[in-house]
Amino acid sequence: MATSSRLDAKIPQGQLESKWSKYRSSVPLVNPANKRNLEIIVVGTGLAGASAAATLAELGYKVKAFCFQDSPRRAHSIAAQGGINAAKNYQNDGDSVYRLFYDTIKGGDYRAREANVHRLAEVSGNIIDQCVAAGVPFAREYGGLLSNRSFGGTQVQRTFYAAGQTGQQLLLGAYSGLQRQVGMGTVKMYNRHEMLDVVNIDGKCRGIIARNLITGEIERHGGHAVLLCTGGYGNVFYLSTNAMGSNVTAAWKAHKRGAFFGNPCFTQIHPTCIPVSGEHQSKLTLMSESLRNDGRIWVPKKQNDNRPGNEIPENERDYYLERRYPAFGNLVPRDIASRAAKERCDAGYGVGSSKLAVYLDFAAAVERYGRGEANKNNIHNASDADITLWGKAVVKEKYGNLFDMYKQITGEDPYEVPMRIYPAVHYTMGGLWVDYNLMTTVPGLYSLGEANFSDHGANRLGASALMQGLADGYFVIPYTIGNYLASEIRTGKISTDHEAFVKAEAEVKERIDTLLRIQGKTSPELFHRRLGKIMWDKCGMARNAQGLKEAIEEIRQLRRDFWSDVKVMGTANYFNPELDKANRVADFIELGELMCIDALDRNESCGGHFREEYQTEEGEALRDDENYMYVSAWEHKGPENWELHKEELVYENIKIAQRSYK
Amino acid sequence: MEGNMSLSLKVWRQSNKEAAGGFEDYKLDHVSPDMSFLEMFDVLNEQLIEEGKEPVAFDHDCREGICGMCSMYINGRPHGPLRGVTTCQLHMRSFKDGDTIVVEPWRAQAFPVIKDLVVDRDAFDRVISAGGFVSVNTGNAQDANALPIAKEAADDAFAAAACIGCGACVAACKNASAMLFVSAKISQLALLPQGQAERSIRAEKMVAQMDAEGFGACTNTGACSAECPKEISLENIARMNREYIGAKFSSSAV
Repeated sequence: MATSSRLDAKIPQGQLESKWSKYRSSVPLVNPANKRNLEIIVVGTGLAGASAAATLAELGYKVKAFCFQDSPRRAHSIAAQGGINAAKNYQNDGDSVYRLFYDTIKGGDYRAREANVHRLAEVSGNIIDQCVAAGVPFAREYGGLLSNRSFGGTQVQRTFYAAGQTGQQLLLGAYSGLQRQVGMGTVKMYNRHEMLDVVNIDGKCRGIIARNLITGEIERHGGHAVLLCTGGYGNVFYLSTNAMGSNVTAAWKAHKRGAFFGNPCFTQIHPTCIPVSGEHQSKLTLMSESLRNDGRIWVPKKQNDNRPGNEIPENERDYYLERRYPAFGNLVPRDIASRAAKERCDAGYGVGSSKLAVYLDFAAAVERYGRGEANKNNIHNASDADITLWGKAVVKEKYGNLFDMYKQITGEDPYEVPMRIYPAVHYTMGGLWVDYNLMTTVPGLYSLGEANFSDHGANRLGASALMQGLADGYFVIPYTIGNYLASEIRTGKISTDHEAFVKAEAEVKERIDTLLRIQGKTSPELFHRRLGKIMWDKCGMARNAQGLKEAIEEIRQLRRDFWSDVKVMGTANYFNPELDKANRVADFIELGELMCIDALDRNESCGGHFREEYQTEEGEALRDDENYMYVSAWEHKGPENWELHKEELVYENIKIAQRSYK
Repeated sequence: MEGNMSLSLKVWRQSNKEAAGGFEDYKLDHVSPDMSFLEMFDVLNEQLIEEGKEPVAFDHDCREGICGMCSMYINGRPHGPLRGVTTCQLHMRSFKDGDTIVVEPWRAQAFPVIKDLVVDRDAFDRVISAGGFVSVNTGNAQDANALPIAKEAADDAFAAAACIGCGACVAACKNASAMLFVSAKISQLALLPQGQAERSIRAEKMVAQMDAEGFGACTNTGACSAECPKEISLENIARMNREYIGAKFSSSAV
């Protein structure tokens, strides 16, 4: 297999360990006087967008930042719970840059680029330094130093955290840096704005069309570079752990303007989420992977066992992850844990009223921590009740907010009964294809964070999304963007009077008018639900060729139905969330089709992509490295028409093996 | 439909900032106790669309109690009847069949209504821009473990930093004061060694901006903390007052 001539990943030459440092020392620079004349548009203000916008402004560029929420502080990075990885080796347990690199490549089932992942591991330590300096209150030990915990797919403790609210603390850190620049006037912030198109002039990205969601006004914004930091597209499944507003629209518009879409079918189904409780459900809530540090996952050994969890005796419980994967136990990667839960439930061992759940049990941890506290306080004859009490206090300190959330949603107290959990859509490894510079196939158009495809292969390890978002924004783009902007210093201010802007704006307006004109019978919400059901049933945790072919046809029909029967209330010249939703759902429908096409093309199983036809005898994912060791980069050619370009993945530093966590 | 609760809703409708608003009455049947409050509003909106009426605009995003976007004033209390719970995490099992529920937007001069239950909270962003940060450019940092921080200080800073910026404190306060919000950020950074260099100027600037935005004064009723979905402590206000007075006594920026 050879890489398509249309794709150049621009990976620097040289040894893996020195690629990034050499690149940084030789990348073209832009002098401070010229930076002041170069405008950069940042769309999305999560970890990647906020850190990029703040850092680029600090460097002297003129930055405009956009978010659809009422404040950049709301971006969905805020909901990340468990932590952020960094190869600091503070625990002296054998961690290193190489090990983080290796774990990430292996965790991604050998479908990520070596050079990008190694760079990510290299800058991981700087992220923690930067965040601490910005006042992020990470958890600490009594000696005053930073605390760590474990996440899936690793055997070291390299995850830094702030209770179960790490994403919140990191985002608020990045946000405060961004607001500092806003106050200084170096970043102009546009809240409640949605990007509805990118504008290319002479083959380069020169700006965006955005809609002011309060007034409905369509605006043109010019820039020398545009950064899409717009997150993932898990909401294509309707039910996911994403925020209600999370959408693919910005990335999708870029795709239709020439940016290739990488590995769209690579979706992460997170093993520990609160199960669906009924038809009314609007979203799913994650229970952090960090809980698997202390929680043990089990189902009854007997099928259809209807006894309450805490009445099932120890010897009648099947701790199936510990049984199947003794080396990693409950901390296997997410794709494996999710499939194992599905396997048990499908086989009739599920619990709860829907039987689509397994237990996540903290009883053993409560006792272990309780005894630890007793020993710490030199009490050697403590009663069981006291030990339980102290143990619960420790668990509360570590995971209190998660336990509260669980109780609020389910009405059950997880300190007393085991949690019921089930896998749910959480993250998308796929995204806009980018080269080593994080530039898409459109010059001047970049993509950072979850919105790009680059670092996690076919499965992301826990606590690596925050790492990647901040790596891209704080430490990668500030260097790599110079490579492009150094040649833009003579361009001058981008005029938004150019016919490309006029045309793009007219197209955006026309689409909005069309949506309002249809006046059919079905709300955008109902179309979204229908799409979600197709995607979950046929392109979810398990896929097969037959189902995917059906899904493609069903989605095409859904798209036709949408454009003839959608009912959008209100008008376009004031605050109208229904119109925003309709716009987003229309793009999700098109994306859904591409995801199924991609899943159908990839005749192998890898990471989160599980094709039922391709599995080992033990039910593990069976890769086909000979034929599918590539990134699929899809070029949009028109309605229902894409062309596949392949980027061959070359592993020079890692020995490819069947992934084993046994 | 799956539930069996029937509710009467009185919901504030207002088409924009300038327009006069008023309550509209709605009946809703088949509400399930397992629905969240916002899912109940989803059902209401689908019903309104069916009837050819415009759905109620309300702010929401993460629906897991952390983004701070949801902001309903329910039966006279921000985020409704439960302590320490945001609107999105409030479930219908906290209400009874046959209840009448009154839903309004946050009401404060500094938070103008955009539409229905949606308000403009940009004032909070501007307060943060005035000083709610550590001025450290990317790339300047020393090793994260070079400076030990006592666990207690780190824990207290975290407790203050847990503020989600929803504005319930302002909505709860009869003076529409933003002291709890502002004090949470001032406290977080005052408790950490990283915040020391700008400690005084931060307190001065943030308080000045808070006043400029039109938030009211604090009269220590404590409603803010009682209604805060993250239970941010009143101690932060006491600390902010100390920080502010200390800063003013030694200010070079008089």
